[in-house]
Amino acid sequence: MSRAALLVLADGRFPAGGHAHSGGAEAAVKAGRIRTAADLAEFCRGRLHTAGLTAAALAAAAAAGLDPLLLDEAADARTPSPALRATARKLGRQMMRAARATWPSAELDALAAARPRGAHQPVVLGLAARAASLGPEDAAHCVAYEAVSGPATAVVRLLGLDPFDATGVLARLAPELDAVARRAAVAAAEAVVEGAAVLPAASAPLLDVMAEAHAAWPVRLFAS
Amino acid sequence: MGGLTLGARGVRATARIVATPEGLPVLEGEGPLALRRTRARGPYHRVTVVGAMSAPLGGDRIAVEAEVRDGARLHVDSAAATIALPGRDGERAHYDVRLTVGADAELRWLPEQLISAAGSDLAMRTRIDLAPGARLVYREEQVLGRHGEQPGTLATRLTVYRAGRPLLDQELAYGPGASGGWDGAAVLGGHRAAGQLLVVGPEFTDRPAEPRMLGDNAVLTPLAGPALLVTAVAPDARLLRHVLDDALRSHLTTR
Repeated sequence: MSRAALLVLADGRFPAGGHAHSGGAEAAVKAGRIRTAADLAEFCRGRLHTAGLTAAALAAAAAAGLDPLLLDEAADARTPSPALRATARKLGRQMMRAARATWPSAELDALAAARPRGAHQPVVLGLAARAASLGPEDAAHCVAYEAVSGPATAVVRLLGLDPFDATGVLARLAPELDAVARRAAVAAAEAVVEGAAVLPAASAPLLDVMAEAHAAWPVRLFAS
Repeated sequence: MGGLTLGARGVRATARIVATPEGLPVLEGEGPLALRRTRARGPYHRVTVVGAMSAPLGGDRIAVEAEVRDGARLHVDSAAATIALPGRDGERAHYDVRLTVGADAELRWLPEQLISAAGSDLAMRTRIDLAPGARLVYREEQVLGRHGEQPGTLATRLTVYRAGRPLLDQELAYGPGASGGWDGAAVLGGHRAAGQLLVVGPEFTDRPAEPRMLGDNAVLTPLAGPALLVTAVAPDARLLRHVLDDALRSHLTTR
């Protein structure tokens, strides 16, 4: 694997559109559930171990070579919120454009043809990692980090939280990020033998509830 | 089938129900899971799970299996809430539910709440297999701690397949043994009751449900397949049931 390729894929400036999304943090701020750096840390920790783990495992499985269409179906079953399914497919479409331009691959082309309106973003990211000669755990790391970096960055803008505090939250989550990426990669290795059904399906009720409320707002700073 | 086993490692018990259009050819309770045929509701055979009050204790492995064969209609409820309690040596308890619904068959699975008492550790797995034309109304409610009590550790997984394809797959994990952040703003936000109502039926194929909020802390969403899911959190069991009952009533009168 190339460590530099991992940095390119994980870079917030990689042109895949993630910066427009708060990962549910905007709705949580509005509901008064995130007011401080400590609230942000608990939000990020909860998201990491639920939606983050699930997405990281899907990405790891795609990077490990599981059928991306089966993973896309598994992602649908793990995403009961239509707003979050739409967001995942929109981000998947943007990730697909960026990835095909960066690391052209027949597998990316095939998925783009089969899901012209976008596959779930973690599945596309996993295939992009594969095209960049990265491994399943690398893909899982990217997705796990995105699961918390998006909300942390958003809350700086939404609450005027000190950026040093937000970055401190992310730094203190590092051991748990590593653990989640490891768990996702182990699950992906099992899924290679036993199928996508053994992948984690960890979910968070409030993220699902708030995503629909947020999608219905007439004016919002972030797309999700 | 080994029958009820009581030993140092806890109870092993499986209850079985088979429903056909004509009747209930299999109705076998075991151990803490006793089954009673109760007064039918319209065209539904009705079974009530009774005596589940004290189970599961840490170390127990209990299971319920229900098969609703082609064309049959079955309504299952329970006489009381199920309370997960700690065992003697802190071992985890396992509760497996396996449900199968055939073509033109319907299952209404509407048990009382699962209460996770302080110090308990329960892993609950539910696997549901639906034939293409099957209908399902399924409710589950998790309550963290009895009144004024700290929650135990509760991990659940609900996996639903329809026509052999995954329809819904969800894991929830709460309490001191869960990963961090379970009580934060992304997951429960301090609420102590969470629940779901899943409705599956062929009528959603052409007319998916419209997503809508049910108050501030609950939502009704169409799944990617022909089904709707109500996801709710609430401060307590009573308020949670209120939200789910409203959704259930409005669904049952429009169908």
